[in-house]
Amino acid sequence: MSGPFDLVVIGGGPAGMAAAVQARQLGLSVALIDEQPAPGGQIYRGVDRAEAQGRAAALGADYCHGLSLTQAFRASGATEFFSHQVWQVEPDGRVFVTDGKASQLIEGRRVLVAVGAMERPVAIPGWTIPGVMTVGAAQILHKTIGILPDQGVWIAGSGPLMLYYAAEVVAAGGRVAGILDTASHANLSTFRSHATGALRGWRYLAKGMGYLARLRLAGIRHVKGVEAVEAVGDSQLEGVRWRVGGQWSEAIATGLLLHEGVIPNTHMTSALGCSHDWNEAQRCFQPRTDEFGATDVEAIFVAGDCGGIGGARVAACRGRLAALGVAAALGRIDTSERDRLAKPVRAEYGEHDAVRGLLDALFAPRAELLSPADDVIVCRCEGVSAGRIREAVSLGCRGPNQMKAFTRCGMGPCQGRMCGPTVTGVLADALGVPPAEVGRFRIRPPLKPLSLGELASLADIERAG
Amino acid sequence: MFQKLPETADAVLVHVEGRAIRVPAGATAAAAALIAGLVSTRTSPATNEPRAPYCMMGVCFECLLVIDDEPSQQGCMVTVRPGMRINQQHGARQP
Repeated sequence: MSGPFDLVVIGGGPAGMAAAVQARQLGLSVALIDEQPAPGGQIYRGVDRAEAQGRAAALGADYCHGLSLTQAFRASGATEFFSHQVWQVEPDGRVFVTDGKASQLIEGRRVLVAVGAMERPVAIPGWTIPGVMTVGAAQILHKTIGILPDQGVWIAGSGPLMLYYAAEVVAAGGRVAGILDTASHANLSTFRSHATGALRGWRYLAKGMGYLARLRLAGIRHVKGVEAVEAVGDSQLEGVRWRVGGQWSEAIATGLLLHEGVIPNTHMTSALGCSHDWNEAQRCFQPRTDEFGATDVEAIFVAGDCGGIGGARVAACRGRLAALGVAAALGRIDTSERDRLAKPVRAEYGEHDAVRGLLDALFAPRAELLSPADDVIVCRCEGVSAGRIREAVSLGCRGPNQMKAFTRCGMGPCQGRMCGPTVTGVLADALGVPPAEVGRFRIRPPLKPLSLGELASLADIERAG
Repeated sequence: MFQKLPETADAVLVHVEGRAIRVPAGATAAAAALIAGLVSTRTSPATNEPRAPYCMMGVCFECLLVIDDEPSQQGCMVTVRPGMRINQQHGARQP
């Protein structure tokens, strides 16, 4: 057993690292757990290694910003548990981890869940065919080992990450056959209603324009107003089809990279029984917190994108705020000190968050993604289509958890991570009720599959304890 | 789908479906499978269709592989070690 620590941080991305550094500065004992071998999370994945190998600069200034966080974190004196997977968190602050061989218990007086975002599942026809991956997946390959797409790889979807990745590939000498942009033109009219945010967030917008200019300059085909995308192939991807203005086009493809924005990774907070709310602007569920990240489970705090999408810079601010909240909750600082220290963090938060409303409106997911056509696979693990979900509804199924019994949807190895958001969307559509009313899958332990041997190794802890 | 990588000094020798290949240190088993040109990494026990890594960040479980004879390993979460044997997983894990 390790601890008890004042604060156990789960997740070594911007929110987790910033929280650990801030908590250590306030004199708290801190442990940080991450499943990767090094700090950075997904956004700054492998940044120390990339820097050591001279590859970081090519990945952009935003990526290199992560170096300041990893350096501060390494110097903070937090106890590090890298290459450890969390498989259970108890509401009282006990965290169970495995290193792949044996389990151990890490105790925290408070636990900060900072597990970040996942890409929104892009349930389109053919998305299970080998050769179809997410943009995020391809970007992880680029960040960690410098691998780039070869010819015949298409990118489809919308959002800042997609354009960022495409521009990054072009700059690094990779190839992009073309971009199928699904952002709706109608969304552009929202610009006016978010004018203030757009002005304050001009740096982000200028960056976006920069990506587009770079892609134009490189002569990358950029198809706009794409209404639908389909992957074509049987045992391997052969092509991609898309629809613009009702007209279908197609091309040969060796790879198809999908991206339709990111959503909070709520698996852990759901399992913990924290209350969640539907965020209508971001079309996803997120845990209910106060401004310091406290949830309605006393020992559990939340920071970063797993609490609602804000991006890396906002995540770091929220990590610092959560550390202040934890320090106050433990009586290490009083609330006036907490609020004094929070003031500059809040100002920085506001600067980086100003553009969010505009981004949410510009890149809102299209309706067919939230509730796809009958023949589209929703649950990849169990091979359940949207049609079978609708059929279950017609037989009387009224919610996601009942849906498991009807269809096995959400009962495969991913435990509903990939189908959960779409199941809620299809049910909301079929039942004619808001997603908030439909609700989500109940998440049960373990959070990650583990062997009986890993579980049995806990008996030694119990005896020693 | 991906460009060939230049040989790096810290490359690690692994065996993908019995074929020896060198991959960069720090690569995951799923990345090694992609570098080796494996089209699919597993077949779905539910539908028997071929599947390949999709998210590369531990969410989708499509990259389940048999690694050093241990079935159902999340390939994208396992960093390569010298001599690692990486094999496709067909259907459910075998006892």
